[in-house]
Amino acid sequence: MSYTSIAESDHEHHLHDPQTFISKYIWSQDHKVIAIQYAMTAIAVGLIALVLSGMMRLQLAFPESFSFITPSNYIQFVTMHGMIMVIYLLTALFLGGFGNYLIPLMCGTRDMVFPYLNMLSYWVYLLSVIILVASFFVPGGPTGAGWTLYPPQAIMPGTPGTDWGILLMLISLGVFIIAFTMGGLNYVTTVLQARCKGMTLMRMPLTVWGIFTATILGLLAFPALLVSAIMMTLDKTLGTSFFMPAVMSLGETTAYGGGSPILFQHLFWFFGHPEVYIVALPAFGMVSDILSTHARKSIFGYRMMVWAIVAIGALSFVVWAHHMYVSGMNPYFGFFFATTTLIIAIPTAIKVYNWVLTLWRGNIRFTVPMLFAIGFIFTFTHGGLTGLFLGNVTVDLPLSDTYFVVGHFHMVMGVSPVLVVFGAIYHWFPKITGRMLNTTLGKWHFWTTLLGTYSIYLPMHYIGILGAPRRYFAYGNTDFLPDSVQSINVSITVAALIVGFVQLIFLFNLIWSLKHGEKADGNPWEATTLEWQTPDTPPKHGNWGAELPVVHRWAYDYSVPGAPTDFTPQNEPHHGDHDSMEPESMDPERKDEPSPEQSEDQH
Amino acid sequence: MNPSTLAIALLIAVVVWGVIVRKLTVKPWVQQPAGEHLEGIEPFTQPAAKVAFYFLLAVITSLFLLFFTAYNMRMSPHHGGDWHPVTEPNLLWLNTGLLILSSVTMQWARRLAVLGNQDKLFLALIGGGLLTLAFLGGQLVAWDQMQASGQYSLINPASAFFYLLTAVHGFHLIGGLVVWARTLIKIKTGASVESLNLTVELCSLYWHYLLVVWLALFALLVST
Repeated sequence: MSYTSIAESDHEHHLHDPQTFISKYIWSQDHKVIAIQYAMTAIAVGLIALVLSGMMRLQLAFPESFSFITPSNYIQFVTMHGMIMVIYLLTALFLGGFGNYLIPLMCGTRDMVFPYLNMLSYWVYLLSVIILVASFFVPGGPTGAGWTLYPPQAIMPGTPGTDWGILLMLISLGVFIIAFTMGGLNYVTTVLQARCKGMTLMRMPLTVWGIFTATILGLLAFPALLVSAIMMTLDKTLGTSFFMPAVMSLGETTAYGGGSPILFQHLFWFFGHPEVYIVALPAFGMVSDILSTHARKSIFGYRMMVWAIVAIGALSFVVWAHHMYVSGMNPYFGFFFATTTLIIAIPTAIKVYNWVLTLWRGNIRFTVPMLFAIGFIFTFTHGGLTGLFLGNVTVDLPLSDTYFVVGHFHMVMGVSPVLVVFGAIYHWFPKITGRMLNTTLGKWHFWTTLLGTYSIYLPMHYIGILGAPRRYFAYGNTDFLPDSVQSINVSITVAALIVGFVQLIFLFNLIWSLKHGEKADGNPWEATTLEWQTPDTPPKHGNWGAELPVVHRWAYDYSVPGAPTDFTPQNEPHHGDHDSMEPESMDPERKDEPSPEQSEDQH
Repeated sequence: MNPSTLAIALLIAVVVWGVIVRKLTVKPWVQQPAGEHLEGIEPFTQPAAKVAFYFLLAVITSLFLLFFTAYNMRMSPHHGGDWHPVTEPNLLWLNTGLLILSSVTMQWARRLAVLGNQDKLFLALIGGGLLTLAFLGGQLVAWDQMQASGQYSLINPASAFFYLLTAVHGFHLIGGLVVWARTLIKIKTGASVESLNLTVELCSLYWHYLLVVWLALFALLVST
C-alpha cells in the first residue's frame, strides 16, 4: 500500500487552477490557502478567548474593581474561553490548519483528494465561528453554562444566556462538527490513498501519524457531542426530558420530568476525553519532527512512537468517566476508569522518554522552534504528572472543583499544545511564506511565554490544594483560605497579563517578517521530510512542479555516518557508494534488522 | 456507564488496531535493496471516494450507536425511571418492506450500471428513489398514527426517542436522495454509464447500510 494511482496519475486536471484573486485567495481549493484561512480564523477567535481569560484574571485579582465584570459576565467568560480554546482554536488549528498544510506536502501529493469538500469544510467552520461569536450580541449574551454545558443548569433560568446563548452554542457546535467531518474524511483519505511512490505508512513523518490518528478519533468522537447537542436542543426548545429531571424553577414546577443529567455527562465526556488527544496527538507528532530536525538525530524509537500514538488513541475512548468521579458512580466503574486512565500513562511516558533520548547526544541547534519543543517536554511532563494524581478517584474527589484541576489541564492541554503551535509556526513559517521569523523576537517570545505560563499555572496547583474553588466569581469571606491566596491570585494575574501582552510580540513578528524577514531558501533547517524538498518556496499550486517526488527512505535520516551531509532527504535515492556507508552495511553483524535502540546507538 | 458503551468502544479500538497493526511492524530505518520499497507492495486499488465513503459510514455508525446507547441508558431505572413503553404503529412493518424493496432496487441499479444498460438504469434508480420516498411518507403517516393514538408525549422518553430516532434515520435517507437526484440529473444530461458506476455503487451500498440501521432501530423500538 505504498502509493496509489491517485498520486501517480496526472492529477493536474483535477486541481482547478485558480484564475482570479477570488478563486485564489477566497474560494480557494488549494490546501495551502485553506490551511492559512483555517489558521487565521482560529487564531483570531483564539485572541477573543485570550482577552476573556484576561478579564477573568482581572476579576480574581481585584474583585469589586471592575463594574463591567458581573458574576454573570464572569461565568460567561469562563464558558466561552473554554469552548473557544478547546474546539474553535486548538482543534481547528491543528487539524484544519496544520493538517491541511502538511498532509499533502509531507505525503508528496498535489492536494487533498477532495479539494472542493476541503474548501466547503473551511467555510462551514467559519459559519460555526460566526454563530458562536454572534452569541455575544444577542439578548442575554452567550451561555454561561461552563464549557461542559451540563444540564439541567445549562438551560434553566438563572444561568446566563439560557434564551439565546445556549441555543447558538449548540447550533454552532453542530455546524462545527459538520465542518470537521468534511475536513476529516479528506485528511484520512488523503493519507491512506494519495501518498507518493515509496511513501509507506511507516515512512510517514510522525506529524502525519499524529494528525491522521487524531482525525480518526475526531470522526468517531464528535458524533457523541452531536448526539448530546441535538438532545439538549430538543430539551430546550420542545420540552423533551432526555436530560432534564423533574425540577423546580423559581418556585414553580417545570414541565420536565425524569430525565438524566448523568446521561448527558457520559455522552459529553465520551467526546470530551478523546478531544484531549485530538489536540494532543498532532502536537506529539509535530514536536517529534521538530526535535529530530533540530537535534540532527533520528527520532528515538520511531516504531514505538507510532505504536504509542495508536495506543493512546485507542485507550482515549475508554477513560472518559474519570471526568465524572464527582458525579458519583458504581465503585467498580470508578476502579475501572482509574485503571485505564493510569494505563494511558505508559504509552505517553514512552513518548516523553523517546523525546528526551532523541535529544541525548544530539547535535542540538537551539533555534526558536527547538526552544518551544523543549519547553513543551517540560510543561507536558508537569501537566501529565498531575494527571496521575487526578486519575485516582480518592485524590480526584477533593481536588476536582479546585484550582488544582485548572492548573493541571492548562499545563497539559493549554500551554503544551500552544507551545507546539508556536514552535510549529516558527518551524514552518519559512516554507509557508519564504521568509524567516525574527530570531531575537522569537527568543523573547519563548522565554517570557514559558516562564510566564509557569508563574501562572504552578501557583494554581498550590492554591488548589489549599482548597480554592474554581469557577467562583469572588471568594468573599472564605475562612479556610488564607490571605496569601489572594496575594497569589494577584501575582498570577500580573503574570497572565504579561504573557497575554507578550503575544503581541509574536503577532508583530508574524506581520513584520512577512515583508522584512530574512529570505529563506527552500530548506533552511536542513530537514529531511518532503515538504522541504518542494521546487518552489512557498510551494506553488500543485506543490511539486512537473514530477511528483519519489520516496526512498524514512523521514529521519539525520547524521547518517558516511553520508555527505548530516541530513538525507526522503526523496534522495540510494547511490551505490553512499549505500556502502549506511550503518547497516558498515556492520555486517547488524545487517539483519537492528532493533530501534541499536539503530539509535549507531546514530 | 453502560456496559454496551464500553463494548462498543473496545470494539472500535480493536478494529482500528487490527487494521493498522499489520502495517506497523516494518522497520523503516533499515535500508531496503534498491527498488524493493516500490515493488512487492500492493497499490491501494480502491477509489478514494469509496474509502472516504467507508469512513463516512463509520461516522454515521458511531452516531447511531451512541443514540442507541443513550436510548438504552435512558430506559434503565437508574436514569430517570419514567420510561413508559409505547406501542409502535403496525404501519412500520409495511414501511420496512418498502425500504427493503428500495434497497433491492438499488442493488438492481448497481448491476445495470455494471452492465452499462443506461435506460434500465434510469428506471431502476427512479424506482429505488420512489420507494424510498414512499418509505419516508410512510414514516410521516406513522408519526400521525402515533399522535392519533394518544402516544405523542414529549415528557415520555420512549415517545420522544421514537420521533427523534426515526427523524435522524429519515434525514440520512434524505441525504442519500440528494445524491440520487444528482445522479439522475447527470444521466439526463448525458453522462456516460461508466462515469456513474461508482456513484451508483456507493448509492446502493448507502441504501443497504441505512436498511441495516433501520432494521436495528426498528428492532430496538418494537422490543422496548
